[in-house]
Amino acid sequence: MLTAYIQGIGLIGPGLADWPGGARVIAGEEAYSPRPTTVPPPDGLPPAERRRTGATVKLAISVAQQAVAAAGVDPTGLPAVFSSSGGDGLICHEICETLASADRQLSPTRFHNSVHNAAAGYWSLATGATAASTSLCAYDGSFGAGLLEALALVSADRVPVLLSAYETSYPEPLRAKRPLPDSFAVALVLTPAPGPNALARLAVSLCGAAAAADRLPDPQLEALRTALPAARSLPLLRLLARREPGEVVLDYLGEQRLTVEVRECR
Amino acid sequence: MTPLVLRHFTATSCIGRGLQATLESLHAQRSGLTACAFETATLDTHIGEVPGVDEVQLPPALRRFDCRNNRLAQLGLAQDGFLDAVAVCADRWGRRRMGLFLGTSTSGMLETEIAYRRRDAATGALPADFDYAGSHNSYSLAAFVREIAGLDGPSAVVSSACSSSAKVFGSARRMIAAGLIDAAVVGGVDSLCLTTLYGFHSLQLVSRNPCKPFDVARDGISIGEAAAFALIERAPESPDDGAILLLGVGESSDAYHMSSPHPEGRGARAAMLQALGDAGLTAADINYINLHGTGTPSNDSAEGKAVASVFADRQRPVEASSTKGATGHTLGAAGALEAVICALSLRHGLLPGGANTLQVDASLEFEYLCANRQRPIARVLSNSFGFGGSNCALVLGRPC
Repeated sequence: MLTAYIQGIGLIGPGLADWPGGARVIAGEEAYSPRPTTVPPPDGLPPAERRRTGATVKLAISVAQQAVAAAGVDPTGLPAVFSSSGGDGLICHEICETLASADRQLSPTRFHNSVHNAAAGYWSLATGATAASTSLCAYDGSFGAGLLEALALVSADRVPVLLSAYETSYPEPLRAKRPLPDSFAVALVLTPAPGPNALARLAVSLCGAAAAADRLPDPQLEALRTALPAARSLPLLRLLARREPGEVVLDYLGEQRLTVEVRECR
Repeated sequence: MTPLVLRHFTATSCIGRGLQATLESLHAQRSGLTACAFETATLDTHIGEVPGVDEVQLPPALRRFDCRNNRLAQLGLAQDGFLDAVAVCADRWGRRRMGLFLGTSTSGMLETEIAYRRRDAATGALPADFDYAGSHNSYSLAAFVREIAGLDGPSAVVSSACSSSAKVFGSARRMIAAGLIDAAVVGGVDSLCLTTLYGFHSLQLVSRNPCKPFDVARDGISIGEAAAFALIERAPESPDDGAILLLGVGESSDAYHMSSPHPEGRGARAAMLQALGDAGLTAADINYINLHGTGTPSNDSAEGKAVASVFADRQRPVEASSTKGATGHTLGAAGALEAVICALSLRHGLLPGGANTLQVDASLEFEYLCANRQRPIARVLSNSFGFGGSNCALVLGRPC
């Protein structure tokens, strides 16, 4: 079992602009009104770099900045885990169109932005973070993979860790093959010991296929959970939003699921 | 860190399928780089292509994973009895107690590129046989290996460009230390595709000739492909004399530029120092460095400065080389491939000379090996640095 304290949360999704507002909706205190996801421009990037970033990088950094601000931690020494169920769909589409055309000259900026770790790279440019980062993909299990990686860092190295899990939708024709309806991102700052802003203590273990993943009572939020891999986190976010100790099962890889126990809520 | 043991390992690249062929090529200082005639590419460059990848057939039940990257993965897994060793380990620990962490930068991108040439003329749709999850998605590699190796524990693909499959050793180390798993299959598979060939070309980072790392006239990389794997678990208290150990991992970020390294190698230096500290060693303990050494003027210059600064206090300059003149830059597979080459160096007492390099850059403050040296060695360092300023250094060694 891996444990950590949550110090800060970031959230960006359809009709969910940030964690304080999103938490009221996810907790059931306010009605959910889905609207297309809007992503604020991230802070800290020089204008030239900001112009070069695509939608996926903006999303990953903005949600991470929410969590870091809420946690009140300095990002420069904070190891970071970026986990996404896919790369930037638009950049990939543009590269493939160019390579399928008569003139295969690629844009150098587009090429270096196409790497899966573009978000981690721009994060370090925006914040000056020189600590290690990793960039993961586990398809539909990417939130669970990111959570385990972050918790293993907290447990093994006894350091605070940032997790940013995110994805954006693909344009056609890739969209028909990978129909992600919109963008979704969640970020957590996790620490080995409770800090002044600790929201709860997490304990995570693998539970195989013994239990089904928890669902959300709101059908529209439940639809988000199943449609967007980063939104597989929603049952956990619901406990946190309700400040409710308890246990939830999250989807991870195929028949492998995660049990997440939430205690010491504040 | 608590040392881990590499129970088994294997590598397949343009210099050979499996350990024996790889070792023979290293002994002969043979480069596998050839003039580019890959797919429909029309670039004047050299590449490290693995022969026979197209002929590999995936098992019928796993056809949804069919793509060049997974064919290369299967070819690599078939060497040196690697899957048998994984099966023995899985029997011992249980399939759920074994992690799987693999690096790739482009996964099955080649199949997506080809699918874009086969779009429906009227609707623009991709062909029906294009399988996003099975080929394009970065995780396709680990999903395929998970099936073929019968593993059911934690699993992820690390995709941090050219440091990807060095960083998987760090992920596995932490999960073992945290008690979530007892053993892990780690490695990297990256295969040739047009995105990387034309992409690195657009950045003017590709040489026309076989790359010559750290040569005074170096002028860019040669892109290669490889599949390399290791099976790692906690080292016993008294490992066998022949055991190959993972002793330290260091990871850092440059926070400097997306596609250029920090000119003084700031992040590279931090990663090397961290790996040495993690291993409880100092620079004086290292017998050989397998350099990242891509062959671009700026990368090699930055790495050279970082190495000089970390190894400044030694009485004898440290011996080092890049094996990319032989294998090409295998991108997301480079970290694992070069970790396996380091394991061979330790096992066979071989300090491989870098292929193709004729006149070593005179500004280097360490001893760049152009010819093989043969003597027992105990501690080696392997460097892997990637786009986005993602750095990783590994320390491997023998018991002593």
